[in-house]
Amino acid sequence: MRAFSYTIRQAFAQIGRNKNMSTASVFAITAMMLILGLFFTLMVNVNLMAENAENQFETIQVYLEDEVSAEKALEMVDEIETMEYVADARYITKEEALAIMKTRWGENSYLLDGLVDNPFPATIEITSTDLQYEGEIVKAVEKMRGVEEVKFHQETIDKILTITRYIETGALVLIIILVIVSIIVVSNTIKLTVHAREKEIQIMKYVGATNWFVRGPFLVEGIIIGFIASIIAAAIVGFGYYQVVKLFAEKVLIIFSSGMVPFEFIIQNIVIIFVALGVCIGSLGSILSMRRFLRA
Amino acid sequence: MIEFQNVTKKYGNNVAIENLDLKIEKGEFVFLVGPSGAGKSTCIKLLLKEIEADEGIIFVGEREVTSLPARLVPAHRRNIGIVFQDFRLLPKKTVYENVAFAMEIIHASRKDIKRQVPQVLSLVGISSKAEQYPHQLSAGEQQRVAIARAIVNNPSVLIADEPTGNLDPDTAWEIMELIKTINEKGTTIVMVTHAKDIVDRMGKRVIAIEKGRVVRDAEGAYREDESI
Repeated sequence: MRAFSYTIRQAFAQIGRNKNMSTASVFAITAMMLILGLFFTLMVNVNLMAENAENQFETIQVYLEDEVSAEKALEMVDEIETMEYVADARYITKEEALAIMKTRWGENSYLLDGLVDNPFPATIEITSTDLQYEGEIVKAVEKMRGVEEVKFHQETIDKILTITRYIETGALVLIIILVIVSIIVVSNTIKLTVHAREKEIQIMKYVGATNWFVRGPFLVEGIIIGFIASIIAAAIVGFGYYQVVKLFAEKVLIIFSSGMVPFEFIIQNIVIIFVALGVCIGSLGSILSMRRFLRA
Repeated sequence: MIEFQNVTKKYGNNVAIENLDLKIEKGEFVFLVGPSGAGKSTCIKLLLKEIEADEGIIFVGEREVTSLPARLVPAHRRNIGIVFQDFRLLPKKTVYENVAFAMEIIHASRKDIKRQVPQVLSLVGISSKAEQYPHQLSAGEQQRVAIARAIVNNPSVLIADEPTGNLDPDTAWEIMELIKTINEKGTTIVMVTHAKDIVDRMGKRVIAIEKGRVVRDAEGAYREDESI
């Protein structure tokens, strides 16, 4: 306990003595975390979108030619329902298709009011028993008469997922580089305090201080720097995301028919990730900077 | 108390000490003399395990220093007090704090620090300057503080590396009287010095090292031809 209070007192004194460099390293880590935060929020949102898209596009959309009558369409539905791997088939009239779009567009739906002709085709919506066999259903349905186009979104989903993976890998590489840079920045800052106290450290070692006792204040110094940086970064990312959600959540819902990840989820995770990362960067940086001094 | 058995230490091709044998009993007062580069500093660094011996075994007390694992080095050093020619006090701490610092490091309780530090300051005769800073003190007074710091944790050995090198003859002699007092209380003293007059006047055991070997080990004076 006594050693602990000594360590904490020393750490704060050191930061005070070395204000400029400490501030600089706090900013460097904060900047790194802001980039990380940007990627993190982007990633969780893209993932959510991909997930929603998957649910949404589970169905196969069969657009019918305008000449196809309702009776004929219902016959087609019956025929499709007998096919293998088909769980359900549902007929949606042109009017229903328009109405669905109107609800989806919400308050922007007035844009649809000006339309002279209803541009949405009558549709048969097919739910498959297994996404894997959707290709076979599509092949069979495409041969039927009166079918204008079959929309089959598995490819789109795959594309989204591939892009997501690319972004993830890119972000990971960038973040690893940034973490390494941050550790170097912290270790240089602490090296300065170590140099300033070299004489004291030498005396401590002669008197028989353990390495951990010598290291303690520097370790705490690094952790404090990392911690402050993580709190600042979390606050900025949290505030920024809050504003983005407030401004764009509705529009995103309309355009991508998928909501944004809620603010609460983001802030909780950001705080945990940032603080853990900040503390790791700080302690690693200080341990690295002291290695040479503690060898003898 | 301290024993070197056939110890060799080389720096590259430079032999610092070679097949050195040395034995110092508990409570002894020993001068280590010899020209610069003879290997005196190497001996002290080996004792403190600042450096490793290439060959041979070193004992301090019960401990075999040469095979001591790194985690036990701090405990080993707490058993050895050390005083330098340049005092090495912390300039931003008062006399009291400089001495208390050595106790803080070994996690002594505040109560023990409050009891022990004034006692030691009074022993070295510097009680009245407890609240002053090193730059306010004379060289002799600074060395007294350094000695207080070295003995505050009751080490069984006190190593003094040219403790009088920066002092005028009168002050040097006062410091020697102080070290003698500490020796009389039971602490083993190993003092490295070039001060011939002091060695002659003290009349203690003198170990002369040259080119990494003990060339003379006798009671009395700095040089053989002058011994009584």
